Amino acid sequence: MDLRYSPEQQVFEKEVREFTRDNLDPEVARKVLEGCRLEREDFLSWHRALNKKGWVGVGWPKEFGGTGWDATQQHIFDEVTADAGAPQLIPFGLRMVAPVIMNFGNKAQQDYHLPKILSGENWWCQGYSEPGAGSDLASLQCKAERVGDHYIVNGQKTWTTLGQHADWIFCLVRTSTEGRKHEGISFLLIDMKTPGITVRPIIMLDQEHEVNEVWFDDVKVPVENRVGEENQGWTYAKFLLSHERTGIAGVGRCKRIVKRLQNVAKKALANGKPLIEDVRFRDRLAQVEIDLRALEITLLRVLDAEREKRQPGPEASLLKIKGSEIQQVLTELTMMAAGPAALPYVREGDNGAADVEWLSDEAFRYATGHYFNFRKTSIYGGSNEIQRNIITQLVLGL
Amino acid sequence: MNFSLSEEQTALKDSIGKFLERDYTFDDRWKVIKSHEGWSRAHWNQLAEIGLMALPVAEADGGLGGGGVDTMVVMEQIGKGLVLEPYLGCVVLPAALIKSAGTEAQRTSLSEGLASGETIYAFAHSEPGQRYERASVALSATPKGDGYVLNGKKISVLGGDCADVLIVSAKVPGDAEASLFLVPVTAAGVTRHAYPMQDAQRGADIEFADVSVGADALLGARAKAQGAIDYALDVACAALCAEAVGAMTELQKITIEYLKTRKQFGRALGTNQALQHRAVDMLMHVEMSRSMALDAAVSVDIPDHAARAKAISAAKTTINQACRFVGQNAVQLHGGIGVTHELNTSHYFKRLTMISVTFGDTDWHLARYGDALLAAA
Repeated sequence: MDLRYSPEQQVFEKEVREFTRDNLDPEVARKVLEGCRLEREDFLSWHRALNKKGWVGVGWPKEFGGTGWDATQQHIFDEVTADAGAPQLIPFGLRMVAPVIMNFGNKAQQDYHLPKILSGENWWCQGYSEPGAGSDLASLQCKAERVGDHYIVNGQKTWTTLGQHADWIFCLVRTSTEGRKHEGISFLLIDMKTPGITVRPIIMLDQEHEVNEVWFDDVKVPVENRVGEENQGWTYAKFLLSHERTGIAGVGRCKRIVKRLQNVAKKALANGKPLIEDVRFRDRLAQVEIDLRALEITLLRVLDAEREKRQPGPEASLLKIKGSEIQQVLTELTMMAAGPAALPYVREGDNGAADVEWLSDEAFRYATGHYFNFRKTSIYGGSNEIQRNIITQLVLGL
Repeated sequence: MNFSLSEEQTALKDSIGKFLERDYTFDDRWKVIKSHEGWSRAHWNQLAEIGLMALPVAEADGGLGGGGVDTMVVMEQIGKGLVLEPYLGCVVLPAALIKSAGTEAQRTSLSEGLASGETIYAFAHSEPGQRYERASVALSATPKGDGYVLNGKKISVLGGDCADVLIVSAKVPGDAEASLFLVPVTAAGVTRHAYPMQDAQRGADIEFADVSVGADALLGARAKAQGAIDYALDVACAALCAEAVGAMTELQKITIEYLKTRKQFGRALGTNQALQHRAVDMLMHVEMSRSMALDAAVSVDIPDHAARAKAISAAKTTINQACRFVGQNAVQLHGGIGVTHELNTSHYFKRLTMISVTFGDTDWHLARYGDALLAAA
């Protein structure tokens, strides 16, 4: 039993730190550290830098061009790069569809898609939720009818994160209405340039364009773009979801937010003294730091236990609940630290420029927006109540 | 990084597990509770045979040289079985004090009785009019001749009911720091008020009225004990964290079993979503506690005191909160039967509750963690 990094792991940590220092665009780092909106190219420049080094397939096995890193190395990478202000690697290709293609896709699909995910050539988005299928995902209606060598897809997907940037979408579609609703679902890979696809923005409560509706109107998808068997898509969908949930815990990102909050609490004044000297605020900060430490060790325990299995188990649900709760507390505390400076909303042009001369404190410019934005974390990836249902069934056996 | 127990630790865990299965059923435990002493010398000797008393004693002093993780393994089993024999108060704490404060000669001579389980030590530190303060000691040690005269009162001494020798924190008037004195309970002027505690463990309040001790009663150097006191109490906190994890894991299991079997409205209680989600939240508290008990165990012996204090207080905060949540909800999910004395549910609840107010409650540890944040700011 030893929770410290071994000498080899310390060397690795140093290597990641130095690589990040030398290859992360400082302007991107600034945007990330200050919580600004990121453009497509901001994500991709970091992605490409990592790919050049062979480090972009973080959780991937070597045979597919991944790093082959163990769980601890992945955690070190996550923590060090997040700390330096690296943008999150967009998970839809790397962490979601790629493991499905590796495990259930055929050789042609692997050979075509995986290199393009690694290089960043293809940006993926997720076609899961529908207006009538949120938590009850298996009720999805988006229909794919087999006509010769194609499926004809009709229907609507929603909450498609960063779909405005995407080249490809992986979709759960209904290929059969017979039997249980879980049994008529297939998993399709669809080129976003295919005629009949329309992407419409959904503006969220922080007035940002992060998610979209995606409409399918007689969209022709070649049968060879189906992953695995027809009507077996639910199995692949669940496999993907457990990968999604482990990533959602976001420990590295939370640690970065904590650091920022500590700095804010040193600078912001309450009654003429640094906010950190206010015992009520300090207690809240201490509590969330402690909760984050507990989450971090739990994540490491789960990763350690799963080293052999490769596939996250139902414990991923526990990490998702706790991680999303902590993220929400952190964004709420940052808003609280702002005090009355939490009130203004800064209007921005499309290029991110805004007149902010009048702002009393630039540090709080995004605080309230983030608080609102982060309400999503306990809803997406399967709401926290759904996660509790999953744990009830699969862990507690009730 | 490695989360596995060593072969020796696994063997240790199994030995105690077997002891619990064979000799420490709920009925066995009832008998011990109802006995005059409230603990069993026979059990004590069995635990000594497994090597538990020698475990935290350094190898150089004739012990097994166990560390934080070894103590964690033992305490988790003790929590699981709700063991009444005062291992924490009479082995873990004294071993840490002797190791940290004692002179080389004292470590050798005192460790023999400790490691064999023949001499029972207890740490007398808490005082009336205080909460969890570690440094403010009112019990006075006034120099007289070659020795000292002790006057004052100690409360809630774990294992104080059965100890042969007390390790007493005291302050010589004018000294900046506390000292530790070894005082046999038979010394003239020592009065013990022994009692069962809320969780059926035993303790004592102890008065010291003009108790004369020689200079050789000093454990280590005079006015240099604060480091040892802090260390021993941090070791005890880590041990309590592990005990709590053992107890709450068991209580969680018992509660799930009850939700599966108890029927109301013609169906099992566990089919109700309100109860299911409560049970999941209990599980989350248990898992977070397990992580933090691990962190405490590997942190007790790190040389950086500030880092140790932070890790221990973080762990004890998490565990105190979990003790409360898991304990209260186990009772709630059991319904009426949960508030009876006849079911082990309430026994676990009471032990968890006492752990949450021993050596620092949630507020105290949160404040100590916050002090560390402030110091770093």
